[in-house]
Amino acid sequence: MELLLVILIGLLYAAGMYLLLRRSMVKLLIGLSMLGNGANILIFLLGRITKGKPPVIDEGAKIFADIYADPVPQALILTAIVISFGLQAFAIVLLKRVYVLIDSDDLDDLNTPEDEDI
Amino acid sequence: MIDNSIILPLIVNLFAAIIQLFFWRKTVAQRIISIAACFIVMLLSAQLVGKVYNGDILIMEAANWKAPFGIVFVADLFSSVLVLFSSLAGLAVSVFSAAGIGRARMLYGYFPIFHFLMMGLIGAFLTGDIFNLYVWFEVIIISSFVLMTLGGRKPQIEGAVKYMAMNILASTFFLTGIAVLYGVTGTLNMADLSLKVAAHENRNLINITAIFFIIGFGIKSAVFPLYFWLPSSYHTPPSAVVAAFGGLLTKVGLYALFRVCTLIFIPDAFMQNLLIWLAIFTILTGSFGAFIKRDIRKMFSYLIVCHIGFILAGLGIFTEVALVGALLYLFHDIMVKTNMFLIAGLIRQLRGTMNMDKLGGLYTDYPKISLLIAIVLFSLVGVPPLSGFWPKIYLFEAGFMSDRYLVVGAIIIGSFITLYVIAKMWIDVFWKAPPAAADGGEGAIVDKFKTFPLSKKALLVSPIVLLAAISLYMGLCTENIALAAKQIAAEMMDTAPYVEAVLKTH
Repeated sequence: MELLLVILIGLLYAAGMYLLLRRSMVKLLIGLSMLGNGANILIFLLGRITKGKPPVIDEGAKIFADIYADPVPQALILTAIVISFGLQAFAIVLLKRVYVLIDSDDLDDLNTPEDEDI
Repeated sequence: MIDNSIILPLIVNLFAAIIQLFFWRKTVAQRIISIAACFIVMLLSAQLVGKVYNGDILIMEAANWKAPFGIVFVADLFSSVLVLFSSLAGLAVSVFSAAGIGRARMLYGYFPIFHFLMMGLIGAFLTGDIFNLYVWFEVIIISSFVLMTLGGRKPQIEGAVKYMAMNILASTFFLTGIAVLYGVTGTLNMADLSLKVAAHENRNLINITAIFFIIGFGIKSAVFPLYFWLPSSYHTPPSAVVAAFGGLLTKVGLYALFRVCTLIFIPDAFMQNLLIWLAIFTILTGSFGAFIKRDIRKMFSYLIVCHIGFILAGLGIFTEVALVGALLYLFHDIMVKTNMFLIAGLIRQLRGTMNMDKLGGLYTDYPKISLLIAIVLFSLVGVPPLSGFWPKIYLFEAGFMSDRYLVVGAIIIGSFITLYVIAKMWIDVFWKAPPAAADGGEGAIVDKFKTFPLSKKALLVSPIVLLAAISLYMGLCTENIALAAKQIAAEMMDTAPYVEAVLKTH
């Protein structure tokens, strides 16, 4: 399970970085969301995966008799997913607006020469 | 000591934003609420600084969860002073916006978003939890995206794409760093991290984690190889917005870098060298960029980058004197950079353009405003009794004491180039005869300022007067500010009181 996740994280980061370096705006967007998902799975993996142990401790227990799943990474990932959802929604609308304005998907076309500048 | 009132500046901004949403499309009410709220926030922050000035560290535990488990807000002197300075800058920007932002932008919620931005800034300064810091950063960037794109002009949208992509990338790096740090230490509380990271044996892993944070915060605070988004986006939105961005957003990145590097990852020789080289290149590339720009705001954007390098150099040298210099420069920079972009906005109202080739003759038309601007520019350059001068003395002293001559050289070159570009700007904008008079009619001056009613003129000029007065105070009575900076630097070198206050108050 861990090994699978490690490979998945590596793939997501590598693909995300590669897509960020492309000139297409749609690929930029997909790259950003892939990187975000990679980071989320990284938190999940580094929070130690424990199978079948709920993060619930018996009320009467004074000491931890058994290992239990850490609930914090879940909370972190949930927060990060919500935030990246908002950011991506904004990014999609922004890029749609850019496409309407400059009629191109190429990031190199973003540099409208400004008349006041050298 | 537990004191729940430390988050009042944050709460006031939150409620100001929410109340303004009820006054949607009623711009007069929004302006009044915004200025009043900023004023209250300023008073509350001043009170907060007063509470922590004697060395107390106040904390607030969210929902009463004890320190390493729940989220804590910590107000030590460093956070509180930055909250005070940013609320002063916020007040100035709010007053300026009341007259300097077009009605169309106000109708689409400029002021509520501005207060959400201020809330994010204050939250980032006050939080004592690294994941919570990430969340406040996201509050800041989503608000800043909206402020940057509000209005929807073509160059604005184009600049926003670069700004958006780089900032989301920075957040991802920051999040990756948090993930690794949580995997290594199993905690997110900064005070707890300070102890656990210091005790960890695998130093290479810790250094690599630190690099993630440096890249993340480096993009946000525009450090050398990562700053290119800043000059290509900061000249596009209205001047009041850029004043808030230039004065505060890059500084919150620096604050995070200072906090993380002094509390969690204490720089070893490798990290110090890395930070110093980054600082040297930041200073040089930023100042060379400022050389060739003819648009005032583009030139100022590059000067932001250049002066980020000065502050980073202080962190890189990492002695108490160097930190005092860096902190003084940080405070000075918040005030002066905010003011400079407000001045750029004022010049646009006076002349209708911000291109230096088309400007000129401001001194003969507006001698009083020109003298006011001269004070700010002299502070920026660092003419001796003013605020830009004293931090450099500390930085030079620290550089010489720890034999870092290269960084001293870079600071000198950076200061000279700042002097040169500002002198050139002064000649072009204020002394040169306006080009309209020279080449006969073409490109006549559009002076909107003259037609404004007196109240609007006052709204445009008074924030500049306020910030200039603070700059003057910081220059002429530096010993008061330096006293606070020395205390903060001592707290940074010895973090034990911070850790104790957060973890053992109960």
